[in-house]
Amino acid sequence: MRKFNTIAFGAILATTALPAFATDLEVTHWWTSGAEAAAIGVIADGFQKSGNTWVDGAIAGAGGVARPLITSRITGGDPMGATQFTHSSAMRELIEAGFMRDVTEIAETQGWKDQIFPQSLLDSCTFEGKLYCVPSNIHSQQWLWLNNAVFTDNGLSVPQNWDEFVAAAPTLREKGIIPLAQGQQSWQKQLMFNVLMVSIGGPELFEKVYSGRDADYAAGPDVAKVFTAAAQARDLMEGSNVQAWNEAARLVIDGRAGGQIMGDWIQGEFNQSGMKAGEDFSCLPGLGVNEYITAAGDAFYFPKVDDAEIIAAQDVLAGVIVSPETQVAFTKAKGALPVRRDVELQDPTPCMEKGMEILKSGHIVESINTMVSPDTVGRVTDLMVEFFADPGFTPEAAQAEFAEIIATAD
Amino acid sequence: MSQSGKPTGLFKNLSAKIAAIPMVLTALVVFVGCSVWTIVYSFTNSRLLPSSKWVGLDQYERLWGTRRWLISIENLAIYGILMLILALVLGFLLAALIDQKIRFEDGFRTIFLYPYALSFIVTGLVWQWLLNPEFGIQNAVRSLGFESFTFDPLYNTNTVLYGVLIAGLWHTSGLVMCLMLAGLRGIDEDVWKATKIDGIPAWKTYLLVVIPMMRPVFITTLVLITSAIIKLYDLVIAQTGGGPGLASEVPAKFVFDMMFVSQNLAQGFAASSMMLVAVIVVIIPWAYLEFGGKKHG
Amino acid sequence: MADVTNTMQRPSPAHASGPKPRRVFSRNNIVIYGILVVLAVYYLLPFYVMLMTSLKGLPEIRMGSIFAPPMEITFEPWLKAWSTVCTGLNCDGLSRGFLNSIKITVPSVFFSIAVASVNGYALSMWRFKGANVFFTILIIGAFIPYQVMIYPIVILLREIGLYGDLGGLVLVHTIFGMPILTLLFRNYFSSVPEELFKAARVDGARFWTIYFKIMLPMAVPIFVVAVILQTTAIWNDFLFGVIFTRPDNYPMTVQLNNIVNSVTGVKEYNVNMAATLLSGVVPLTIYFLSGKLFVRGIAAGAVKG
Repeated sequence: MRKFNTIAFGAILATTALPAFATDLEVTHWWTSGAEAAAIGVIADGFQKSGNTWVDGAIAGAGGVARPLITSRITGGDPMGATQFTHSSAMRELIEAGFMRDVTEIAETQGWKDQIFPQSLLDSCTFEGKLYCVPSNIHSQQWLWLNNAVFTDNGLSVPQNWDEFVAAAPTLREKGIIPLAQGQQSWQKQLMFNVLMVSIGGPELFEKVYSGRDADYAAGPDVAKVFTAAAQARDLMEGSNVQAWNEAARLVIDGRAGGQIMGDWIQGEFNQSGMKAGEDFSCLPGLGVNEYITAAGDAFYFPKVDDAEIIAAQDVLAGVIVSPETQVAFTKAKGALPVRRDVELQDPTPCMEKGMEILKSGHIVESINTMVSPDTVGRVTDLMVEFFADPGFTPEAAQAEFAEIIATAD
Repeated sequence: MSQSGKPTGLFKNLSAKIAAIPMVLTALVVFVGCSVWTIVYSFTNSRLLPSSKWVGLDQYERLWGTRRWLISIENLAIYGILMLILALVLGFLLAALIDQKIRFEDGFRTIFLYPYALSFIVTGLVWQWLLNPEFGIQNAVRSLGFESFTFDPLYNTNTVLYGVLIAGLWHTSGLVMCLMLAGLRGIDEDVWKATKIDGIPAWKTYLLVVIPMMRPVFITTLVLITSAIIKLYDLVIAQTGGGPGLASEVPAKFVFDMMFVSQNLAQGFAASSMMLVAVIVVIIPWAYLEFGGKKHG
Repeated sequence: MADVTNTMQRPSPAHASGPKPRRVFSRNNIVIYGILVVLAVYYLLPFYVMLMTSLKGLPEIRMGSIFAPPMEITFEPWLKAWSTVCTGLNCDGLSRGFLNSIKITVPSVFFSIAVASVNGYALSMWRFKGANVFFTILIIGAFIPYQVMIYPIVILLREIGLYGDLGGLVLVHTIFGMPILTLLFRNYFSSVPEELFKAARVDGARFWTIYFKIMLPMAVPIFVVAVILQTTAIWNDFLFGVIFTRPDNYPMTVQLNNIVNSVTGVKEYNVNMAATLLSGVVPLTIYFLSGKLFVRGIAAGAVKG
């Protein structure tokens, strides 16, 4: 059996023509779909050029499998060389327990402070003054995506904001079109609700609730507007029975649904089916109401190891991820925004340009994942799963439960 | 037979005791040890990593105040009872039919058994597909001309558990059939001859004579089915993801999500401790009667 | 003693003779075959759909019903699933994990059955004090959801230095296979005539001699059952395979997960179905070939536990 491995390994070595001291670096990530795999391929190529070998640890399914795998491997004393992780407070305990490597030194030598933008990306990687992760790209969630033809074909003008969208919905319903497509998976329900919080409620409301954890405010009239909008959205989503977000996107692309609230990664789906931003589909950041977006995204973490060769390889990988060349090609492949200010987007779509402008104007909100614990996110998610599935669940009752969660949030 | 030349003392049956070391270690270190570990940490506030900060019964208070947990238990109870009854009935029925000295026995048996060779993930995916109203069974029947035919159990809060049940039964009942068939084959022909002579009808013979004789195989079957029911997770993940809403959430999924998605280990441990306690409360008395009380031949 | 209990369970005397009722063209038979055929459709439907879908091209899947046979048969999806579909960065399909799956399954099946058969033998023939307590704990262990055990098992393996090692994974499979297998072997060995065991004891044979010389050869049918059950369980395992090994040892189910669960754009249903069937080929073949042995194996321990 050993022999087979050696042969396979030899083949990899031969194709990449490496110097003799190449180090294997195992990288865990959950980017397995087409565009994502192409994107991680950019990083892997950049890394292999240094003469090291990328051992791919791709595991589809971010929450279900990758997390237990990552924490098990790290706490079990057999860590991978590097791992992708969402930019969030989820890693904090592993950092506190001393399992993760501090990359402050690399950041200082390479002058990340001046390059990486927005600053909040580094802030959420920082713990007690030290830097523990390398941001790779920015994704924002606060977008309403519309299929223009669905509206124009039915004698409607393409909505420019949430209210217009809601007003257009009854006409779509009459034609048998689902106004708002949404997948049934729980994370999408949570995303939907928190997008409404930022976009309908506004960035101050969002921060007051999650950062300030003001339970009275969460039970008050401002947040009630968000719940009213959520109940509206629930009606608009009726009939959208698909599971995955991209199956929901498929409904929009095929014209069976009018629009979808989803992160900017949805552009990959539109692009693949030959639809052009601006012409065939529209994007409304902040649902056309409050043009604020979250500047969170993905990041890479490096477990602490003793092997000097692996440490050197980790250094190389960290440098590759934030290098301008990688940033350009990587974000293009993934449909994300780069983490550097000095990078020019390659033929950006109008939607990406909008996103970049919003970033530059500083209309940024912190992500829920960095403001509250995964446990609190989980409780909000469970509430939203119930709320969106049951038309009998009143917005008032849901808001009361939400305020309770905020009162005990951590 | 254990009486045969049975001396006393620690060193008697020494080889047997040595041979049993892996079992003893597994039982004590893994099953008891890890369970105790889990229960102990359910009294802490462990999040991503085990922590030793004691919080008493807080986790349990929160657990029993969580609607999703209560729904999960209810769902498992409904699914479990139906699955247990239907798998046994269907499995036994199939076995009894196949045991009628029919032709093509091999073929039928293989057809009923093969789903067990596939994983729950695959089972869930296939049945999600078949039960999808847009291109599954509903669509096929409608295209035959029955326009108003509706069959979309997975998309309705009230019926989703039955949709999962259809897939679960498909996967497991073949194995039950095989076990039952084996049980029937183990029964002496003389028994049938005797009841035939006495003029006892076949169904009565099955119910009053054959089934009681098959006690060991029923126990094996029960352990197999119930343990699979309690562990129900993959099937739900692949088929419904717990939805619509919380309508197909189950306890094992609650535990997993708590531990790894919400990163609240202690809450997950509290939930799994409750599951463990439930299992122990049911099994210990039964196991005592079954394995402890009588000598085996 | 086995015979004694058996006789006691029999409510009527076993003296008369006559076969079970069967007539070839009776109404009974029509009912029996009717029910069997209807049920067979329920069991076969998913397999049929998987197979048909895996032989269609994507345009045809979009157009037609999933129950329609392919208008144009193509093996492209099978080739793709086996050797070119991407599972992350590696685009060599399921073939990548096939050898790993074998590498994991063979030793895991071997060790789990070796240990469980000795357990069953010791429990049924050499009952020592406390044996039933341990056995009961094992049975309870069968009911513990695997996910719950991940954390403590990781710590346990770390402490004994097997974490991340193939040996660690084999150990985990041996542990979790033990409850059901031990129950099977215990039932089986309990049905072995006591005289045989007594005679061997009188001849001075010891624990291991009796096991290897007498019990092992007799127990072939139940070993077949155990091999079937364990091969299926371990071959289909995903969770342990991914958590207790490294990428170079990932089993085929990891690739299957990556193919089936990563969906972008058009879902390639035909490739997904081909991959699903391919990953199931080994356990399916075993079932097709040994269904009869399976029943025969359990039959011996089925009524005389």
